Formats: sequence, structure tokens, C-alpha cells
Amino acid sequence: MIAVGTIILFSAIAKIWYSLPLIAVVSLCYGATRHEHLREILIHSVRTCIWVLGFMAVIFLIVVATGFWI
Amino acid sequence: MPEIVYTPPEGEPVHVKLKDQYWAAFLAWLLPGAGHFYQGRYAKGFLFMVCILSTFIFGLGLGRGRCVYATDSTGKLNYYYLGQFGMGLPALPAVVQSFKTSGGADPFFVLCERFPADYPNRDLRFKKVDRTLDGDIPVETTLKDGFMAPPAGPINDNVADTLARWHFDYKHMFEMGVLYTFVAGLLNILAIYDAFCGPAIVTLAQKEELERRKKKKKGFS
Repeated sequence: MIAVGTIILFSAIAKIWYSLPLIAVVSLCYGATRHEHLREILIHSVRTCIWVLGFMAVIFLIVVATGFWI
Repeated sequence: MPEIVYTPPEGEPVHVKLKDQYWAAFLAWLLPGAGHFYQGRYAKGFLFMVCILSTFIFGLGLGRGRCVYATDSTGKLNYYYLGQFGMGLPALPAVVQSFKTSGGADPFFVLCERFPADYPNRDLRFKKVDRTLDGDIPVETTLKDGFMAPPAGPINDNVADTLARWHFDYKHMFEMGVLYTFVAGLLNILAIYDAFCGPAIVTLAQKEELERRKKKKKGFS
């Protein structure tokens, strides 16, 4: 049986797209406070982006996994 | 006119001229990136301006110009505005609108009118007024949504009020608008910090100190 929690999660997935511009902007601004030159800022912001997306993916998997017990 | 020289672990030393730090920080608050332009750090100023302003404007658009307001109709502070206030000038119309509407007056830049909350027909309450069809509704009795103005009318926890109507009309976009504008304000605080103190670059000396501490910790464990 597909868990109810998983269905609810996937129904709300369209709203997750709103997070992508925010992650990009937050990464760029954070990177800009740590470096002075654009090249270093971009490298740092790409790293931050990957880190945030990875963190979100882990949370996503945990929520999906726990959805099977709901 | 302080000039900071950073010695990063790799590459050339970085020279940052902060000029008048307090003035730069004020300009950075007033308009994202303006403090950096004043300091001659054009690339970063442009980056901050594009990123932060576009986030704020996009959020404001998602919330149809209503998601940034300083107080509610009773004068109580909207806590999200504490973050949005970090945007400076672009968020200041909300303060003007709060002062304008505090005495019960109509806001500037009216976006739409609605049937008043005490309208006898419950089905028509909060419906938007169409002057071509609803010409008999007196202007002074309608609730008016203004650009960055507080939600008009009384606040009611039990029945829908104007704020509830905004959430209903614009669905998740209103919440997203609040989130975007809030995050934009917080990001501008980072930009203000950068204009005031310069970038938080890890210098060679700091890196060596960190490595020394790490080795010391390993030695104890």
C-alpha cells in the first residue's frame, strides 16, 4: 500500500520549485560575504547550493521513508 | 578610510577599501548593493542588487503587493516585517501605509475594493467591487486593499477577515510572497555586514591557526 503521507508529499511537490530560486540567491549572497572576487563567489555558491540540495534530499528521503509507516 | 588587506591561503592578497563604513552600511540598508557601489566594489554591489531586489520584487508580485505590511489594522506589528524591514527603501512604503491607515483613512495606491465585512449579504462579503456592476456601493463603506497596506477592516478570529481573504484568494502564493520578501530582507542584512566589515575571508593566518588547533585536538584524543 502506498502510504498516505507519500501521496500528500508528492501532491505538494509543485511548491518545492519555489525553493530553487531561493537556494540560488541565498547561496550567491552567502558566497559573496565570504569572498571578494566573482570567480571564488561562484565556486563557493555552487558548493553551498549542492550542500543545501543534498540536505533537502536527505530530509525528503526521511519523510518518504516515514510516510510508509503512517 | 580603512583599507583591509586579506591574505588568503591561495592566490594574491585581497585589498578591500571600505571608505566610510557607517555611511556604506546605511546605503547598503537603503538599497541593496548601494553601499558596495559607494565603496567601488561594483561587481559585488551588482550581485547583491540583482539577487536581493529580484527576490523581493518577485515575492511582492507573488503576494500581489499585499504580503509586505508593517502593522495590522489595530496597529499591532506584523512580525514578518522585522525581516522585510532589512530591505530598506523598497519596504518603507509599508510604514507610510500604516501611518496613513492608522486613523481609519484609506491607503495610498488602492489595488481593489471589497464589499465591507458587515455587508448584510454574507455571500457577498469580501467580494471584490466591480464599479460597472456595483455602482450603488458607497465608496466610503468598502474595504480597500492598498499596495503594502495593512489588511483593512476588523480582525476576527472566528470568521474570515481581510487577511484570511488574501490567503484564500492567492492560495500558497501569498505565503511564498511573505517568505521571499522576508528572506530578501535577511539577505540584505548579510550585504550590510559585508559593506560594514568587508568579506569574511579565511586568511592564511586563520587557516594555520585552525589547523594547529585541529592537530592539538587530535594529539589529546
